Amino acid sequence: MVKIKELPDVELVQGSYACAGCGGILAVRMALKVLGPETVIVTTPSCLLGVTTFYPQLAFKVPCVNVTFPSTAAAVSGVVAGLKCRGKKGVRVVGLAGDGGTVDIGLQALSGAIERGDNFIFICYDNEAYMNTGVQRSGATPLGARTTTTPVGSVGRGEERPKKDMLGIVAAHNIPYAATASIGYPQDYLTKVQKAMQVEGPAYIQVLSPCPPGWGYPSELTVKLARLAVQTGQWPLAEYENGRLTVKEIAHRRPLRDYLAPQARFAHLPG
Amino acid sequence: MRAYLNGNEAVAAAVRLARAEVVAAYPITPQSTIVEKIAEYIADGSMEADYIRVESEHAALAACYGSAVTGTRVFTATSSQGLAYMFEMLPYVSGCRVPMVMAVANRGLAAPWTIWADHQDAIACRDTGWIQLYVETAQEALDTCLQAYKIAAHPEVLTPVMVCLDGYVLSHTEEIVDVPDQEAVDRFLPPYRPEYSVDTQRPYVFGVGAGPDLYPAFKYYQQQAMLRAKEVIKEVDREFQAHFQRSYGGLVDPYYCHDAAVVLVVMGATAGTAREVVDYLRRQGEAVGLLRLRSFRPFPVEDLRAALTRARVVAVLDRDCSFGYEGVLATEIKAALAGLPVQPQVAGFIGGLGGRDISQEDLAGIFRHCLEAVRRQDRGEKQVINGDWQK
Ligand code: SF4
Repeated sequence: MVKIKELPDVELVQGSYACAGCGGILAVRMALKVLGPETVIVTTPSCLLGVTTFYPQLAFKVPCVNVTFPSTAAAVSGVVAGLKCRGKKGVRVVGLAGDGGTVDIGLQALSGAIERGDNFIFICYDNEAYMNTGVQRSGATPLGARTTTTPVGSVGRGEERPKKDMLGIVAAHNIPYAATASIGYPQDYLTKVQKAMQVEGPAYIQVLSPCPPGWGYPSELTVKLARLAVQTGQWPLAEYENGRLTVKEIAHRRPLRDYLAPQARFAHLPG
Repeated sequence: MRAYLNGNEAVAAAVRLARAEVVAAYPITPQSTIVEKIAEYIADGSMEADYIRVESEHAALAACYGSAVTGTRVFTATSSQGLAYMFEMLPYVSGCRVPMVMAVANRGLAAPWTIWADHQDAIACRDTGWIQLYVETAQEALDTCLQAYKIAAHPEVLTPVMVCLDGYVLSHTEEIVDVPDQEAVDRFLPPYRPEYSVDTQRPYVFGVGAGPDLYPAFKYYQQQAMLRAKEVIKEVDREFQAHFQRSYGGLVDPYYCHDAAVVLVVMGATAGTAREVVDYLRRQGEAVGLLRLRSFRPFPVEDLRAALTRARVVAVLDRDCSFGYEGVLATEIKAALAGLPVQPQVAGFIGGLGGRDISQEDLAGIFRHCLEAVRRQDRGEKQVINGDWQK
């Protein structure tokens, strides 16, 4: 179990252009505190890349390899093989992509890399839409959410399909370790990152990372919403380990309204 | 050592000799036997490399990129739809200035679906920032792959190289190939050690973003590197000759151009047939010559001009078409010759599409047609040979 108080002060991502209250950058910042400096990250065009690596800016204090949108996990495989050739042991290779770069366009490459059994961690910061391009729906957009490609009008009622079950898809690959997490539960999330580090082979973590402009709420609510998603049963904290799926119990479930009401993307739903 | 190898086996032999450390590959005809052979080498322990069995060509190039930025020598191969599928990764790799070598066993693009050779696949990737070298024989395929590693990693070039060999005609046709010794290759090609690589002690970003203020500078340097590559390709060819006593002339490979009234320009294996036709017509007293273009990118404007100024008509045979205009090579040659004080006429021909055989008769027909044009003093109209696509 990660002890938050014992985490290092040092920041491995610093000086980014992320929006105030960005859940995504928080997810990456927290993870890097556990992953440490002996890490190589592989990213893809996304909010994350947009806010961290515009020349000559370098917000990461670890090597960062950017690749095309569909290919995060394939480039991860290349980095893993390359470091092995160079005899560089003990360096973790971490793929970082948003939900689109993971569950949609990046799914094929991720499936390939998991199936090959390469030793890497893949963290999907899930903000439930294509935020970098202006809030279009992705396969991770939840039922009913308003996005710019699932608008609400006299006919349209927002996203018509439920969120893709990515954990189920990844688990079906017989992956050694997979989990969902939320930036609202840092200890749970970071403990999962730590577990992923100990796994030989691929490990997958999908961390719910609220996005103020995309979801339509004031910046200071990011962590609160990330907690409410879990407390209202919208985002189960699950772990798939040694072929078994466990889900964290929620003692006092809060009404769904508490989670939906502060978000503009659900404003059209009946109260 | 002399061995009986087809073009694909010659490429595989070169990749082993170059000591490529990571190979990422996805099968596609007619390239597949290259990566099968390499897999065999690794399986029998005669080659030490990591073989990444990727799920697509796009992933193959992404994996090569990821591996190359750690400082390894990488290789992949593809053809046709596979190259088209890689397209998005091509400018990424060249823009990041990552040296690597890819063999392209050239094949037509669907539709109609085809597995046979033409150059449409690689030509369509003309502007992706890759060096493109077209070879004539299996021997040249082997030698060019070795040269390509050196060219790509030259500190003033740092640009990936495609080695293009015609599908089947080269990829699957055997010839006697001189396979150099490992020690000799090691002397020619030292291990790849880039100045910048993935290193947790020196954390660089590979594949940065750039705004309108800086993006053009990156592209300017890329263009400078490509232009510099013209000289480097020649230097490396000369160096190769010093090591192995074989040379391909660098960027262009002229044959009887010095006094020819009609010169035919081709790329790839067609040059073999064309040489026979030139010999035959020369015996009949016709002033004909052949110019094989070895480097399509960078485009050897100066060398072409030097070789073609004496010609009255330059016939260009394209195994591709830029639909709505003409063969791409024809356009490029016209542009290269424009502005010369005395300009030869350029007559474009399109042939050999989708594996259609280019016969000696076809080529003799082009020569006769152009010789006739010289006599008549006209341009020699552009046309399609050996197809039903007549106007
Ligand atoms: S748009 Fe959303 S995901 Fe992107 S930087 Fe802003 S808060 Fe973060």
